[in-house]
Amino acid sequence: MDSVPFFPDRASTMAGQVDNLYFAWLVLSGVVALAVAVLMVWFAIRYRQGSAAKRTLADAAEREKKMRRIEIIWTVVPLVLFIAMFVWSARVYYQSVTVPKDALPIYVVAKQWMWHAEHPGGEREIDELHVPADRPVELVMTSQDVIHSLSIPDFRVKQDVLPGRYTTLWFTANRPGEYHLFCTQYCGAAHSHMVGRVVVMEPAAFQGWLSAHANVPTMAARGAQRYRQLGCSGCHGAQATVHAPRLEGLFGRPVQLHDGRFVLADERFIRDAVLLPTQDVPAGYEANMPSYRGQIGEEELLEIIEYIKSLGNATQEVAP
Amino acid sequence: MPTRARRPPMANGDTAVAPQFDDAEQQRTASNLGIWIFLATEILFFGVLFAAYAITRVRFPEAFAAGSRLTNLPLAGTNTAVLLTSSLTMALGVHAARHGARRALVGWLGLTVALGCAFLAIKAVEYRFDYLEHLVPSLDFRYAGPQADQVELFFYLYFFITGVHALHVLIGIGCIATIAVMASRNVFSPAYFTPVDVTGLYWHLVDVIWLFVFPILYLISRS
Amino acid sequence: MNSAAIASHENYASHENYLSSGWNWRSWLTTLDHKRIAILYVVTITLLFGIGGAAAAMIRLDLLTPHSQLVSIETYNKLFTMHGVIMVWFFLIPSIPATLGNFLVPMMIGARDLAFPRLNLASWYLFVGGALFTIYALLAGGVDTGWTFYAPYSTTFSSSHVFAAATGVFIAGFSSILTGLNFVVTIHEMRAPGMTWFRLPLFIWSMYATSLILVLATPVLAMTLMLMAIERTFGIGVFDPALGGDPLLFQHLFWFYSHPAVYIMVVPAMGVASEIVCCFSRNPVFGYRFMAYAILAIAAFGFLVWGHHMFVSGQSAYAGTVFSLLTFLVSVPSAIKVFNWTATLYKGQITFQAPMLYALGFVGLFTIGGLTGLFLASLGLDVQLHDTYFVVAHFHYVMVGGAVMGFFGGIHFWWPKITGRMYPEGWARFTAILTFIGFNLTFFPQFILGYLGMPRRYPEYPPEFQVWNVLSSAGASLLAFGYVLPLIYLLWSLRYGARAPANPWNAKGLEWETPSPPPTENFHTTPVVTEEAYAYSRAQAPHG
Repeated sequence: MDSVPFFPDRASTMAGQVDNLYFAWLVLSGVVALAVAVLMVWFAIRYRQGSAAKRTLADAAEREKKMRRIEIIWTVVPLVLFIAMFVWSARVYYQSVTVPKDALPIYVVAKQWMWHAEHPGGEREIDELHVPADRPVELVMTSQDVIHSLSIPDFRVKQDVLPGRYTTLWFTANRPGEYHLFCTQYCGAAHSHMVGRVVVMEPAAFQGWLSAHANVPTMAARGAQRYRQLGCSGCHGAQATVHAPRLEGLFGRPVQLHDGRFVLADERFIRDAVLLPTQDVPAGYEANMPSYRGQIGEEELLEIIEYIKSLGNATQEVAP
Repeated sequence: MPTRARRPPMANGDTAVAPQFDDAEQQRTASNLGIWIFLATEILFFGVLFAAYAITRVRFPEAFAAGSRLTNLPLAGTNTAVLLTSSLTMALGVHAARHGARRALVGWLGLTVALGCAFLAIKAVEYRFDYLEHLVPSLDFRYAGPQADQVELFFYLYFFITGVHALHVLIGIGCIATIAVMASRNVFSPAYFTPVDVTGLYWHLVDVIWLFVFPILYLISRS
Repeated sequence: MNSAAIASHENYASHENYLSSGWNWRSWLTTLDHKRIAILYVVTITLLFGIGGAAAAMIRLDLLTPHSQLVSIETYNKLFTMHGVIMVWFFLIPSIPATLGNFLVPMMIGARDLAFPRLNLASWYLFVGGALFTIYALLAGGVDTGWTFYAPYSTTFSSSHVFAAATGVFIAGFSSILTGLNFVVTIHEMRAPGMTWFRLPLFIWSMYATSLILVLATPVLAMTLMLMAIERTFGIGVFDPALGGDPLLFQHLFWFYSHPAVYIMVVPAMGVASEIVCCFSRNPVFGYRFMAYAILAIAAFGFLVWGHHMFVSGQSAYAGTVFSLLTFLVSVPSAIKVFNWTATLYKGQITFQAPMLYALGFVGLFTIGGLTGLFLASLGLDVQLHDTYFVVAHFHYVMVGGAVMGFFGGIHFWWPKITGRMYPEGWARFTAILTFIGFNLTFFPQFILGYLGMPRRYPEYPPEFQVWNVLSSAGASLLAFGYVLPLIYLLWSLRYGARAPANPWNAKGLEWETPSPPPTENFHTTPVVTEEAYAYSRAQAPHG
């Protein structure tokens, strides 16, 4: 029989920091719980009815003063400890939600009851995630139906996956091996079957895995194809007669909307532009882009986003 | 033997005062506090609806403005006048109760009931208007302009909020009618008219709620 | 008040009391007596606890093996949903307030009844009505959304009896609101002469704070469930992302109620604990005013922290930060209370009757539950722990180790007053200890499972987690005994238990200065209060 597990593996660069928080709380709460327990037991024994312990009390004013002092101490001390722990854990959290700039994106579409992942190079996986070790990976995720949540306990990462928007999580896996992947937001009948594995490979092995799957078109290529099929270039292309924003170099830049606000042209912006085009209309343009809701699946939308990302290096400016 | 009591024995010996109370004063203050707490719960009920409306409206300002322009302002405006008047007649009823004017009390309460029913009747006409304009979400909704789904969301909230409010009006009418019948049977006096007072407070709250509902649903797009 | 005088004159229940005055269906089902209504609630919630407990038993049995071999995974989902719905809304929320609160609030303040007895009876009928809808949902095939009813699963995807269950909870919510309203008015307006606010027993303070939450939070739940149910019925609503709606809006509205709700569940138990610890250590509570203010602070701050259930939901990091800080702040008054209970024991004359065992168990288990809440409040750590068994263990420690132990302690403490009978002390002590052991064995392994990553609501799990699950299920079998035994010996005591004097524990408090069981009007003459709360002198020990 395998040994009984007490603790998850430490397989990502953030795992140690999260564990440090955990151990700190274990120690702090252990000390407090032990102190309370010991005091309760000690008092219960020492002051049990009929015991010979001294029970003479100081006078009322003296007791009142002492009581007030003790109350203030055990109000202020926990408060200070809590604030310190709050600051520390908030900083760990900010690090865990700040995606490193050079992270390798992998796109995940969750649906009842499976995880569908797609690498930029076009490799598709179901309920599995092959990732390189020692390189930041960003999962850009959405759901096709209900709220799911992607969790990899050995990496100490977790993020709800929502329908109608993108959420992200990032990690740098630093130990090759295989790790559990769970859905951790109840999503219906086979919620507990919506599990998978993350395969962390040495960089060379990962390259090998990629080339073994190299016979598929990249996401950007698939996206370009769908883009043409849906007629997007009819308005957004260089030959278009309609006044529509050019998409070259758009991704990742701030865009001014007709009401004066600035928003970032990120994955959410592209998605909303395709599905709800009359909502965030860029300044200087009419709200006459049709909606493609019902015509594009979540995976295709992500492929189109990858395609638009790939236009980022083009030389043409975004026309006003 | 047990404690010397500095108050009279437990029963309050007063037929107009319920047995759990010591005297009429305690009954009155307890009833007053009770109704105010109940009003607080009503504010929280409607608060949820207003919050859902506000949040969704911030997300889709144009769609909600467009939807709002399609509502029937004349009918709703009339209803606002009707409800405000009914609050006046209710307040006059409470005043009559305080001064023991039984016939005036019954009269004002009856008028309040009539105005409440008028509110509901006008609302029914308004709903029919919405139906004929194909503005009923899920059942019969047709909107040719942009962001039709979000305009449908506006009308979903419109029917939800006005519907819940109308339900409260209906309950209020029932309560006032009951009080009116009690009044006609001479149950109330200047010493005891708490139920009238309490019902009056409820009715005023129903009115105040409408004074929030009306602008946010009907007026936002028409400034 | 001279207890000896009462003991000699108004001792054994051959006297006229609230139980002897009429015993037919009508006298019970149309009663306006707060004490009888409390009994009606006791019977009802015991039945519902049985249903919720049966669901728990099946859950723990099914989790003995990594594969769901006892029930299908669909059935498992319905089991944990019904367990949550019934235990939260039909057991924990009403438990202490509607039973002990209904019975004791008027008595502890020296009143004849609550301010609105007919509303009180209406409360019970609403509760029963809500329970019937929920039982209908159960019998018709169950609900599988989890007690949290998250959209869009509940609004668009689940094919189970969501509407019926939501209606049941909606109706029961009105029961909560009316009870809370009744208590607030009663405590404000009907205190006996001399019973100033700062002479009130802490149980009354806890009932007051709980009632404020009941009144202010429950309407939010009612409307949220209504929005969810209407959206489900008509296929359109504000939670559905397909129309541009926001599923996170449901979570915000739901947790805005459901976080204060947990304080509805635990604050009454804190009040009970204060009563018992003082009586069985013969000491006034340490820091009375701090304890009272702490209760109010918990209730107030409890409204500000709901977002800590949503750290990984997709809400902004900024919001998460604010909620994390506020959650740490709300923990401070709870910590004060734990320290104060411990300090109350100092230089006391302590005895260990069953109520005291339950109360001390409450303090210990609530401490652990509360401390593990701090793990969850820490943003960086919650990412790992959210939606795992760590959360399940945390809330069972505070709800079961806390609230339920407090409830059982209170039932035992006031059993003589309510029924006029003493329960069998030996069996009760044994059961208290058995419950404590069974509880820890059931839920402590779940902390370990949680950090390992085992998700909640999983009927099937990786085989390496089995050892901890087996330990947990073993504990659950002990715990089950701990709940069945009191049912047996308490019922037994109704007929065979020794007759109880007016004040078997020599306790302070107006409820003890009237016979056991009390007369219908509670007091023959209005009491006048001249001493502070918990004016214990260590010369006189409790009997029994």
